Amino acid sequence: MKIEDVGRNTKMLLNGIPFNVDDVDFMKPGKGRAVYRLRLRNLKENTVMEQTYHSGDDVEEVEVSSYEMQYLYQDGKSYVFMNTETFEQYHIPEERLGGREKFLKEGTTAVVQMMGEAPIAVNIANFVELKVVETSASTKTDSLVSQNKPVTLETGTAIGVPAFIKEGDVIKIDTRTGTYVERVTGKK
Amino acid sequence: MASGEQARLARIKDNLVRRARIFALTRQFFQEQGFLEVETPLRFPAVAPEANIVPLLSEGWFLCTSPELHLKRLLAAGYDRLFEIIHCFRKGERGRHHNPEFTILEWYRAGGDYRRMVEDTGELINYVAQGLGLGSRIKYQGQEIDLSLPWLQITVREAFRETVGWDPVAQHDPLKFDTDLVTRVIPSFSSGGPTVLAEFPAPMASLARLKPGDPAVAERAEVFAGGLELANAYSELCDAAEQKRRFAAEAAQIEKERGQTVPLPQNFLEVLSHLPPCGGIALGMDRLVMLFCDAASIDEVLAFTSDTA
Repeated sequence: MKIEDVGRNTKMLLNGIPFNVDDVDFMKPGKGRAVYRLRLRNLKENTVMEQTYHSGDDVEEVEVSSYEMQYLYQDGKSYVFMNTETFEQYHIPEERLGGREKFLKEGTTAVVQMMGEAPIAVNIANFVELKVVETSASTKTDSLVSQNKPVTLETGTAIGVPAFIKEGDVIKIDTRTGTYVERVTGKK
Repeated sequence: MASGEQARLARIKDNLVRRARIFALTRQFFQEQGFLEVETPLRFPAVAPEANIVPLLSEGWFLCTSPELHLKRLLAAGYDRLFEIIHCFRKGERGRHHNPEFTILEWYRAGGDYRRMVEDTGELINYVAQGLGLGSRIKYQGQEIDLSLPWLQITVREAFRETVGWDPVAQHDPLKFDTDLVTRVIPSFSSGGPTVLAEFPAPMASLARLKPGDPAVAERAEVFAGGLELANAYSELCDAAEQKRRFAAEAAQIEKERGQTVPLPQNFLEVLSHLPPCGGIALGMDRLVMLFCDAASIDEVLAFTSDTA
C-alpha cells in the first residue's frame, strides 16, 4: 500500500517485523513533498519508534487478527495456547510473551495476535490473581509496606510481597511490572 | 452523531467568530491601501504544473490549487494592486495544519518584490492583531510570540547550515531538504517571534525570479510563526521562456511519478511577457486564524473539514 493510505491502527511490516501505526503526523511544506512521521509500535516487543516516509513511498501492509485463546500448558520453551472457537492449538515461543508468561496460569485466557497462521504477540491481562503456595516466615522488623518477603506463586514464580501475606492468600499482580498490587482474599 | 456535531460546533464557535473578524480586518487592510479585491475561477482547464501539488479533477478540468495564474493575467492587463481570498484544493493534504480544501489570501504589487511582500505581511498581521485587541504580543501553544516589526530574517543557506549542517544551495537534494525543513529547521526557529526564511535554492524557485547577481538562489521567502508555515512570497518571474522551461520540467516529473500528462497553462504563458515586475504572496488564512485562536489543529478553525463535510 502507499503511505498516503496509511492511517492510525494500520498494521505494517518493516524488515519483517509487524508494527501497529499508533499515530501519523502529516507535514508538508507548501511547495515541497509531504513528509509522514509515523509512530510505530512493534507488535512483538511492544516498543515504540518513529519512522519518516515521503509521499509516494510504498509500505508493506499486513493483516493482523486477534483471537481469544486459552493457555493450556508449557512445553519446554514454548507455551501452548488453544483458540477457544476453533480449538486449534499453537506453540508460542517464550520470547513472544515478553516475560509475562511467569504469571500465566493454566486455563486462563489471553488475546493472541496472529499474522496469518503465525502468532506474533500475546496480550496477557494487565492484572492477574494468583495464589501464594509457599512463604518464608515473616520477621517482626518488616514494615507493612515493604514488599521484600519472598513468596512462591502457584505458577512457580517467586515474587516479593508485604510481610502480612500468608500461604494460601490470593494476591493481585501487575503483569507489566511484575509487582504485587494487593491482597484479594482475607480483605477486611 | 448529530449531538457530537453539535458539541463540536459549539466548542469552536469562538474561533469561528474570530475567523470572521480576521477576514473582515484583512479586507479592510487591503482596501485602505488601495488594493482591488477580485474573484478568479475555482475550476479551469490547466493549473500550474507542480510536482508536489496534486490537483483535484472536475469534469476534465481542475479545481483551483492557487489563484496565481489568473491574478497574474490581471496584472499583465494593467491591474497593479490586487488581492483575493479564495478556496483552494490540494489532493491528499490532510494533517494538523492541512485540509484538502483550504483558504488562500493572495496579493500582488506591481513594482514590488519579495521583500516588499514580506513587509506587507508584517503590517497586515499587526493590523489584524490590533483590530482583535491583542496588541503585539500573542500566545500560541504555550509560546509567547512578539509580532512587532521587524521580524527575524534568515537565509535558507544559513538556517540549514546552522541546524542540519549542510548547504542546500550548494547541494541539490529536494527530498532531504523537505524532510529537514519540516522535522528540524522549522522547529529550530525562535518561538519569540515570526521568522522570515529567504532565498530558496534556484531549483526550488517555482514561479519566482532568480536573484540578480546570485542566480544560485531565488527571490523567494516564507514566513513562519509558532511553527506554522504562514506565507510564501516571490519576486515574480516575468520571463515567459524561462517559465515555460520550468513548467515543462515539472510536467515531466509529474508524468514520471504519477503517470499523468498535464496540460500547460497556455493562456497564462501567452500573456506572461506583459507581466510588469511585481511581487506576489500567498498566505494560508486558516493558519493565520489558528495563530490568533491559539489552535493546535486546523480542525479547530474550520466549521467542516474533509472528515466532517
